Amino acid sequence: MIWKSFLFLLLAFVSVAGITFPIVEKPNAWYEFPLINGLGENAKIIFFHVPTAWLTVIAFLMSTIYSIKYLRKKNLDDDAKSYSAAQLGIIFCILATVTGSVWSKFAWGSFWSWDPRQSSIFALLLIYGAWFALRSAVEQEEKRATLSAVYAIIAFITVPFFIFIMPRIMTGLHPGSADDTNAGPVVDFKMNVNMQLIFYMSLTGFTILYFWMWRLGYKSIILTTKLFIREKPSE
Amino acid sequence: MKSYYLFIKDYHSEIRTRYAVNSLIMFIIVAISVILFSIGNERIPGNLTAGLYWVVIFFSAMSGLGRAFISEEERGTSMTLQLIASPSTVLSGKIIFNIILVFAMNIVITLLYSALFDEFVIRNFSLFLLNFIIGNLGLAVSATIIAAIIAKAGSKGTLYPVLSFPILLPLILTSAKLTLFSIEGAAFGDAVFELAIVACYDVIMISASYMLFDFIWKD
Repeated sequence: MIWKSFLFLLLAFVSVAGITFPIVEKPNAWYEFPLINGLGENAKIIFFHVPTAWLTVIAFLMSTIYSIKYLRKKNLDDDAKSYSAAQLGIIFCILATVTGSVWSKFAWGSFWSWDPRQSSIFALLLIYGAWFALRSAVEQEEKRATLSAVYAIIAFITVPFFIFIMPRIMTGLHPGSADDTNAGPVVDFKMNVNMQLIFYMSLTGFTILYFWMWRLGYKSIILTTKLFIREKPSE
Repeated sequence: MKSYYLFIKDYHSEIRTRYAVNSLIMFIIVAISVILFSIGNERIPGNLTAGLYWVVIFFSAMSGLGRAFISEEERGTSMTLQLIASPSTVLSGKIIFNIILVFAMNIVITLLYSALFDEFVIRNFSLFLLNFIIGNLGLAVSATIIAAIIAKAGSKGTLYPVLSFPILLPLILTSAKLTLFSIEGAAFGDAVFELAIVACYDVIMISASYMLFDFIWKD
């Protein structure tokens, strides 16, 4: 209960602060954000765009970890955990794509421009889609768990190419691309202390939210399976 | 050595029906003629040619390489294979067969491309050759392990390109760039980073395939 009220306060504060705090040239008060050249008011979406993209990768990582666990122990609960992580992952992946392309429309002039990071989030979306397609194609539970675990691991080892290598070798519009003169993410260089504070608060808040939703998700999957097994003999 | 005999078995059953080879050749011809019809009399630039080259390679691989394990499931011979050979031997045999199929397919595609496309002139041949070898190796290995998953998932044919595309995407993007480099005649030194990515991809895919194949193969 304490955690839930803490999370509620944190996310409420982040949403209000992230949207309403003013952006000024020379920030003095604790609630003022600095002006970043070329971004202006657009900069505020960073509080919601970056956490979703971060959670997309975290969800995929957790799905892979529980896939490895499943392959070692053959416990179907691990498969439920992996499945629940991936379900949330695809939601956050869609959110990251949407917020990213809205931001891209106002910062770079078009919804989609095949920037390397846009390509990599698109590839992640394809991986998630393919994973769910594979799961729906297999009926038998153990077989489905094994095959999807193997595919999750194979797909996950290609993710470093998308997340870390491609955006850095290809020229693009995101900070941190090969031709970027700022030489790094905006977080360290252009944000002031309170903007960074709210950014990291938002990151923490969304991560806690994710773990909460994930626990609810896998518990409900496990309970559904148990109920299903219990009902069967009475038929 | 046992994997060599497995390859020989696949080779003989392929020679008997010639299913994969015939459908691959027809697929390549159809795909390239569709591209040629849609281009018409336009002259397309080099980067588009390099991209289209890898489009044809990807879809041809998808139509030909998926048979590796599905044929075993269809004929009901996978149980026998499980009894007589270890999983890694089976995988090696299938990978050897697919590597040879991919190389044959891509030699045909490359020859047709150089004959039919004006811009497809390879100016740095050693770079092209190196990319050809390591790129095809990665393509064959990834296609084989996905084919194994598909075969166990009840041989759903449409699922194969869907599952393979995200896995092959890093390889295809980098290889298309390398092909563009060799068309432009770029120096070897400029392409070292891209070559390293493709080589890393091969090593990662080969090791992951051998580690994970046991789980797919044993029911």
